[in-house]
Amino acid sequence: MNYSISEILSYTFMQRALIVGIPVALCSALLGVSLILKRYSMIGDGLSHVGFGALALAAALNLAPLKVAIPVVIAAAFLLLRISENSKINGDGAIAIVSSSALAVGIVVTSITGGLNTDLYSYLFGSILALSHEDVILSLVLCAVVLLLYIFFYSKIFSVTFDENFSLATGTNAKAYNMVISLLTALTVVLGMQIMGTLLISSLIIFPGLTAMRVFKSFKSVVISAAVQSVFCVAVGLFVSFYAETATGATVVCINLFCFIMFSIIGFLRTVGFSKSK
Amino acid sequence: MAILKCDDVTMSYEGVNVFEHLSFSLNKGDYLCILGENGSGKSTLMKGLLGLLKPTGGKIEYSDGLHQKEIGYLPQQSAIQRDFPASVYEVVLSGTLNSRGMKPFFGKNEKKLAEKNLERLSISHLKKKCYRELSGGQQQRVLLARALCATKTLLLLDEPVTGLDPVVSAEFYELISDLNKNDNITVIMVSHDVRESVKNASHILHIENKTCYYGTVNEYLLSSVSNQFIGSNI
Repeated sequence: MNYSISEILSYTFMQRALIVGIPVALCSALLGVSLILKRYSMIGDGLSHVGFGALALAAALNLAPLKVAIPVVIAAAFLLLRISENSKINGDGAIAIVSSSALAVGIVVTSITGGLNTDLYSYLFGSILALSHEDVILSLVLCAVVLLLYIFFYSKIFSVTFDENFSLATGTNAKAYNMVISLLTALTVVLGMQIMGTLLISSLIIFPGLTAMRVFKSFKSVVISAAVQSVFCVAVGLFVSFYAETATGATVVCINLFCFIMFSIIGFLRTVGFSKSK
Repeated sequence: MAILKCDDVTMSYEGVNVFEHLSFSLNKGDYLCILGENGSGKSTLMKGLLGLLKPTGGKIEYSDGLHQKEIGYLPQQSAIQRDFPASVYEVVLSGTLNSRGMKPFFGKNEKKLAEKNLERLSISHLKKKCYRELSGGQQQRVLLARALCATKTLLLLDEPVTGLDPVVSAEFYELISDLNKNDNITVIMVSHDVRESVKNASHILHIENKTCYYGTVNEYLLSSVSNQFIGSNI
């Protein structure tokens, strides 16, 4: 119980968890703000379930897990986006069907080929022990790509998120930006799944943005606050789970929940104070 | 000289023609109101003019130096915008995106343009306010400022006074007339309000049962289309 921070940081698995966790937290918070505002929150959840199905299939066929999961999840991201954009199909219902089917297929495949092994178990609930050197490099590259694209296209992302028709009418290719956002979300979900687990990764996308919106009122401040708070929660969650020997993903979600409640209280007190001073 | 020309345009929605063989042309400084019952195809025409939907027949052309990207559009408010965290300045500034091209950040010119339009609509004091906390009338002014950032020549407004109270609506109509007369901005407005349309507009386009009537306000008032429509509306 009496580890110092430098001792904790000397463990390779903790180093890897931080190097993967922080970039993933940053990316998911940035993308999350747009996804929430466009009412696409469920896409993250759907993608992680598809990711699980792909991993189970990869394990059964003895293929490298990420090499199967990444293309499958990207394909699913485009499919889910199309479903959400198409008003003729009930978007919510369609996403639920895709995600639960993928999860079911994954579980059936694993039970045929010999039951849940440790790898798949850790993908369901998350484990920082499963991270490889490859994951570390991949998540650093992903983070750099997401950050660059986000900063470069920040004002267009704002415009597309706020009012898709206006940006289409004034010559911004909104469909292309939606594609880029879902592509990056797919990559973030696959990488984040390993720490957070299939069942909890969507919280990493949804929580920071929603929490920031309790208090902050301009787009820029919401984005910055979500990013900072997401990184903070993942870092604190990793250390707490080490000390308390709790499951990492679940600990991170609990800390996110705590932040959400705190921000909600601050937001509530502000509106009360605001109406009094009026 | 015409800045917008519709030549024998037919448009359809989900495979059904909503109106057929629409032809008209608009000169700089005109104020056109598009009237018609719900579902008559007003919004479909709007989408056609904005290039969001392709006509199934005929041509929609912009000329005299006006590019389709340079239309100032004021859409109907969507549900998403009602709880969107954005400051007034962020919203107005996003209207300048079409003139910015591939540059990744807003420059001095864009910021000046946004400031100018905030002032023009007398909402400078709201600049840092949160968009969703404004009143309906203030929100429409913000969206109008954004539209003005996107255009110097043509404003397209889709039922802009829906949900506003009569006093605020009247102010808004006055504002549009003012922009039309003093800044020589061409206006196309989809509207429900026949009386206000007849009072402010120079031309009327009436869509009903797939056919379209187009003419100046005086011609419209003498036509049989208006008699039926106004008769049933008052």
